[in-house]
Amino acid sequence: MMPLITSILAITLSAGTSLVYATIGEIYTERSGILNLGLEGMMLMGAVTAFATAYHTGSLFLAVLLAMLVGMILALIHAFLSITMHANQVVSGLSITLFGTGLASFMGQRLGPESNGFNLSGMSAVKFTRTQVEGIGEIPIIGAVFNQDPLTYIVYLLIPVSWYFMYKTKYGLNLRSVGENPQTADAMGLNVTKIRYLYTIFGGMLVGLGGAHLSLAYTPGWTENITGGRGWIVIALVIFSMWNPSRAILGAILFGGINAVQFRLQASGTDIPSAYLNMAPYIATVLVLVLVTVWESHNRKVGPPDALGTSYMREEK
Amino acid sequence: MQLVFEKRKSVSRRAIVLVPILSFLVSLILTGFLLLIFNANPFRTFAAMFVGAFGSWSNFTETLVKAIPLMFTGLGVTIAFKLRFWNIGAEGQLTFGGVAAAWVALFWSPFLPDWSLLPMVMLVGMMAGAAWAGIPALLKTQLNVDETLVTLMLNYVAILFAEGLYYGAWRDPEGYGFPGTKQFPEAAWLPRFAGRAHVGLFIAIGIGLVLWVAMNRTKWGFELNMIGKNKKAARCLGVNVKRNIVVALLISGALSGLAGVSEVTAISHRLQQGLSMGYGYTAIIVAWLSQLNPIAGLFVAVLMAGLLVGGDQVQMMMGLPAAMGLVLQGMILFPMLAGSLFTEYRIKRINPKNSRVLPSEGEVSS
Repeated sequence: MMPLITSILAITLSAGTSLVYATIGEIYTERSGILNLGLEGMMLMGAVTAFATAYHTGSLFLAVLLAMLVGMILALIHAFLSITMHANQVVSGLSITLFGTGLASFMGQRLGPESNGFNLSGMSAVKFTRTQVEGIGEIPIIGAVFNQDPLTYIVYLLIPVSWYFMYKTKYGLNLRSVGENPQTADAMGLNVTKIRYLYTIFGGMLVGLGGAHLSLAYTPGWTENITGGRGWIVIALVIFSMWNPSRAILGAILFGGINAVQFRLQASGTDIPSAYLNMAPYIATVLVLVLVTVWESHNRKVGPPDALGTSYMREEK
Repeated sequence: MQLVFEKRKSVSRRAIVLVPILSFLVSLILTGFLLLIFNANPFRTFAAMFVGAFGSWSNFTETLVKAIPLMFTGLGVTIAFKLRFWNIGAEGQLTFGGVAAAWVALFWSPFLPDWSLLPMVMLVGMMAGAAWAGIPALLKTQLNVDETLVTLMLNYVAILFAEGLYYGAWRDPEGYGFPGTKQFPEAAWLPRFAGRAHVGLFIAIGIGLVLWVAMNRTKWGFELNMIGKNKKAARCLGVNVKRNIVVALLISGALSGLAGVSEVTAISHRLQQGLSMGYGYTAIIVAWLSQLNPIAGLFVAVLMAGLLVGGDQVQMMMGLPAAMGLVLQGMILFPMLAGSLFTEYRIKRINPKNSRVLPSEGEVSS
């Protein structure tokens, strides 16, 4: 029983890693008042860029770097449209997703080797492997936490650092005030536009990194729609975490756990058709969303940033 | 000198027409650069796409085949977006409509006279699509649950549900392992008129025209508009916002359901893999590019279908991925979104010294 729990926990953490990166990225973005629904497209682009780079250069460092860069570029488009051009943020995010999905699919069918019809799918490349921490890695259950790939270890740091940054530093306070009340923040002398650009792009960087974890570590390789809706689940996780980085881990464990159990059940060969098993994360997302929404409506303190999704135009005070 | 945005007194008519056209051109140029990066000749590619989509009668009928589900879903999304209800679940509503249509066509046919089978298939398919959109509508109006996520998650659920059926319980035992149901009886087929193009086209055009009248000339359309612009104001003026949202979403889902019905009854004649080809997502582009105008939506649907068919042709003729068409589609919304600012605002040059120190008279009095 112990080894089974340990292995499920290990898969849970690995499956949750991309979710945590993207969730924390989106928390930064939404805290500044910008709603980015482009995550699905950005994660796909991060995943395909990372894998294509790893395949052609053999450098994991470069792969991660380029995936982050691609995330930043897509976030920059969203920032430009929603901040400078005051476009509708929902539609802008959707168009990032549509564009990212199309382009990722295009790249996946174009950047592969000629022998494979230029397809990237079915190819293998360098990948992140699990490294056990000496001593602790062998302990049952706890060992699962210390038997992960490097990107997962970085996540362990990212969560507390982000929490500290957001709640204990001046910059974090500035970030939150821009998202809660841009008029006041502006009057206090903060540059609303600059801060919103900065955190939308920074958030995009983390989302791209989350995509890279999928194609370099969790399910190494490229397949169409490798994200399987994770970008959307993350939007729900941000609500679930109540815009607090320290709670991002809860949702990721919940959904990573669902993935892990699914994985296990399929491997053990159950009678339930896989299509119905695969519905679990999506139905769970809807249920979690309903519960959290109802709960939050009774606790008025914990809602979204007040100015989320609204553009700020100085001339319209 | 400084540039500021000034709100126009009324929406610019010229911008409404020009912005979508310019957006299309800009997206062609941007995609052209992208093609250069990927070592392909943009002019040859676009020419091949155009010929592939509109170059001959048979190619054009294929474009119409893809335009029909885009018209239905595009009109459905238009109604929802008019209310600022972000229904991105047309894909799932389409799939669920298709599943319900298959259920009636396969299992009710022994009990129904032939003449009534097709109408019954369409009716149940529309009801299924409506139900699938009704869930997020009720969650939104009763519990204030975010509709974007619910509609999207239900897409995955519907697609997996259909998959479970055609791989499992409904699979044709004589299908040599092919994932699909048995063929529907012919009484449940929607007639075709040219190539694979079917009468769904005329139904879609009819619905588009009716919808335009309903949205622009009736009290219902006026109420939708008001809710979309300002929910609070609409409520104060005695509009039943919740009921309007639910009703509009049922219609929206029914139209997407009809897209699924026409796909299974006119094209594949069975429920099988590949029912949902992303029409529900392209519908978002159709709705936004047509500026939520149902008649414009019909034309935009044909254009978007042309990009899809053209993309397939480019794959066959030049070996470029068919996803090319998706890239072009995705690209169109960027300039469109950036440009829509100019329909409501104009750019004005001001001298910062004067405007900052001395507010204009209008500002003082307000």
